Amino acid sequence: MPIQVLMPALSPTMTEGTLAKWHVKEGDEVSSGDVLAEIETDKATMEFEAVDEGTIAKILIAEGTEGVAVNEPIAILAEEGEDPAEAAKAKVDGGGAAKSEEPAKQEPAERETVAQEEAKPTPGAASDAKPAAGEGQKAPPAPRTEDGERVLASPLARRIAAAEGVDLTRVEGSGPHGRIVREDVEGAIATGGAKAAPAEKPSTGGAPAAGATPSPAPASPDDPIFQMLPSFEEVPNSGMRRTIAKRLTESARETPHFNLQVDVEIDTLMAMRKQLNERDGADYKISVNDFIVKATALALQRVPDCNVAYTEKAVLKFSRVDMAIAVAIDGGLITPIIKDCASKGLATISKEAKELAGRAREGKLKPEEYQGGTFSISNLGMFGIKSFNSIINPPQGGILSVGAGEQRPVVKDGALAIATVVTLSLAVDHRCIDGATGAAFMKELKTLIEDPIALML
Amino acid sequence: MADNTYDVIVVGGGPGGYVTAIRSAQLGFKTCVVEANHLGGICLNWGCIPTKALLRTAEVYNNMKHAADFGLKVEGVSFDLEKVVKRSRSVAGQLSKGVAHLLKKNKVDVVDGFGKLAGGKEGARKVAVEKDGKKVVDLTAKHVILATGARARQLPGLEVDGKLVWSYREAMVPEDMPKSLIVVGSGAIGIEFASFYHTMGAEVTVVEVMDRILPVEDPEISAFAKKSFEKQGLKILTKAQVKELKKGAKDVTAVVEMDGKTQEIKADKLISAVGIVGNVEDIGLEGAGVKVEKTHVVVDEYSRTGVPGIYAIGDLTGPPWLAHKAEHEGVICIEKIAGVADVHPLDTGRIPGCTYCHPQVASVGLTEQQAKDKGHKIKVGRFSFIGNGKAIALGEPEGLVKTIFDEKTGELLGAHMIGAEVTELIQGYSIAKTLETTEQELMHTVFPHPTLSEMMHEAVLDAYGKVIHM
Repeated sequence: MPIQVLMPALSPTMTEGTLAKWHVKEGDEVSSGDVLAEIETDKATMEFEAVDEGTIAKILIAEGTEGVAVNEPIAILAEEGEDPAEAAKAKVDGGGAAKSEEPAKQEPAERETVAQEEAKPTPGAASDAKPAAGEGQKAPPAPRTEDGERVLASPLARRIAAAEGVDLTRVEGSGPHGRIVREDVEGAIATGGAKAAPAEKPSTGGAPAAGATPSPAPASPDDPIFQMLPSFEEVPNSGMRRTIAKRLTESARETPHFNLQVDVEIDTLMAMRKQLNERDGADYKISVNDFIVKATALALQRVPDCNVAYTEKAVLKFSRVDMAIAVAIDGGLITPIIKDCASKGLATISKEAKELAGRAREGKLKPEEYQGGTFSISNLGMFGIKSFNSIINPPQGGILSVGAGEQRPVVKDGALAIATVVTLSLAVDHRCIDGATGAAFMKELKTLIEDPIALML
Repeated sequence: MADNTYDVIVVGGGPGGYVTAIRSAQLGFKTCVVEANHLGGICLNWGCIPTKALLRTAEVYNNMKHAADFGLKVEGVSFDLEKVVKRSRSVAGQLSKGVAHLLKKNKVDVVDGFGKLAGGKEGARKVAVEKDGKKVVDLTAKHVILATGARARQLPGLEVDGKLVWSYREAMVPEDMPKSLIVVGSGAIGIEFASFYHTMGAEVTVVEVMDRILPVEDPEISAFAKKSFEKQGLKILTKAQVKELKKGAKDVTAVVEMDGKTQEIKADKLISAVGIVGNVEDIGLEGAGVKVEKTHVVVDEYSRTGVPGIYAIGDLTGPPWLAHKAEHEGVICIEKIAGVADVHPLDTGRIPGCTYCHPQVASVGLTEQQAKDKGHKIKVGRFSFIGNGKAIALGEPEGLVKTIFDEKTGELLGAHMIGAEVTELIQGYSIAKTLETTEQELMHTVFPHPTLSEMMHEAVLDAYGKVIHM
């Protein structure tokens, strides 16, 4: 029975991707683990490996095709003993019938084993033939991935997912062997990341639906307005470009941003940095930004009301600081995350930041390394930018923009003096962080940066 | 000179410490345990295990006294206290040797002495070991895990003197059987001793300051236990406090205040079981900058103290004071250090608790009140031992199994049991909680007949109006 190779979901939020490159051609024999293709997801290019072995009978989607929906068949694999030529003729269907959001679509005939299992009522449903009064609970069926494999999820996770309309195939499990547990589903609900209906909703946050108008579609290159402009080259939107456009438009439209600015003096910090970096046997080189990252994490720990995310039901206060650091890369930007940043030392933060940024530029970050994060930092100081405001990276509650360190005249004790000063700008989501709270955080941050010995405690 | 540098030093060889050390060695760390007294700690030598040996004696003795109920003729039932205690000690001794063997098998070094933090720096923490005031050795390790445990709390006026006022320790090795006994405190330790001494023939009065005995259990279970104990002849005073203790030559008189009235209770001995305090003293915490709150070390969810390279687990870090909590914390702590994938903090809501009195008490998760306080809409199921065939056949018709479910999600929020063998049964519900089962899976699990476990099934069915045998 020929096997359909489906477009994989390489991250929980991926709905479509670009088939960047085929590593195999029709007629090639592949075995489990062989790299079949490179798939460009929202933010990174990832290798897609074969699960089954066999011969590539037919390639359905040409390389370079953009916007390939997750679960769309991309190739047909003939199993051992099957004639690839015959297999290539196998009926192509929509695939992914096991997805819970498409109850009407049945499993295709070619995959009858799975279809039969699906058709069998689960034990939970079986003995409910005569439900007692007031009892409507049925064990939700175990969901399956596009490969027909069972999604490992606890019964409670399945129950909650069914009630809240969460598609478990898009939830990453944190339990043993990647099993999805209650916490994961609740996390997905909180971040709005895994709704069963594909994300065409105009609103992901708490904006009332009645007031939400569809966003104006971006202009098409064919628009007459462009005919009046100088000639141009069309650079097709990459997955990353589309993600940046989508998420930041959403954020700018739906998140009530407000900004707070403060100047901090970093002479003491720079002296300490020099001292640390010049220590014998120092195998690190701590940057000013590393100090700011650490200070921000500690300030968030001290003002936990700023380490939050707004959801429809509740403001989520995170138990630790996972710091997303904006890194400019070819064709866009990405935010690798330093997890549990407040509890890490400067040297560790520095090393991790360097290593993550390096791999970010090579496009080799794993989804879990750039998705998540409770707060962001963006630094344009190296370009001499004095100060700027960033757009919040949802669902996070805030982002800190770091300007250049420069010598500026300051007034100290009534006299003019020179100090090295950095302007920090905070953008926060007013739905969950109020002015005074944001200000308290900035005050804490200023204190920590100007008295950096506190960072060592 | 021996190499005194380790990857991991565990200070304290109790259930938390030795288990952590074994896991540490399994993970490839060069590991050492520093233990001042006995391997196995209080649990194995002076707590969980030897009391279970004593309570087993009480159980057999009680069954023999009721032999006629089973059609047996037994005459002249009596006991030899010295041998009862000897059995308990030999059980502890055997297991302590077992721990030594396990550590050796896993190539964990054991240093005999009292270990304390003695400076060093991140990556090379020092532990100084002393024995009888003399220095034994200085050890160094990247990671030091403190597992020094806890001891009985002393109440002013009820200080343990070892003669008339006992702690658990004296109560475990009685030379003579007291004719009468006052037990102050009705947590697991107090109630187990009350149950033991009462069964062995002492006249026992339990004095509890709270409004019910076994205060951490579901109130319904507390009430059931009180009724059952009173039926056996134990005297139980709740909302009562010992205001004064007068010591005679061979007995004590406790002045107990209850409901605004005072009464005097005379007894041969008094057992003080009023809680536990962490062994935070003299282990170098202050010098190392480890934060101590009241009598326990403050740690995060992975047992980190905040001082790099210093960790604390088990009773030292506060309640629940349970060996199995310490073991799990230790394993999580060392696996986190080793960078094992998918290490999760211990969910304290899933730690079962057991009390081995007669009838036994066991529970896991939230009480009914706690569930309501947390805002759950709940479904509650109950099943009595009287409806269970095996319980009747065993001659144990008294008991109750209670389940609490979240109405919306079907999550098993809590389970509470009292009656024969429930300490062996509770694990079924613990697994159910860990696997996040809902009532559906529990209903469709086949429980073997005839067993006491069938009551666990029925208590689930009852919560959903489907109970069969009631």
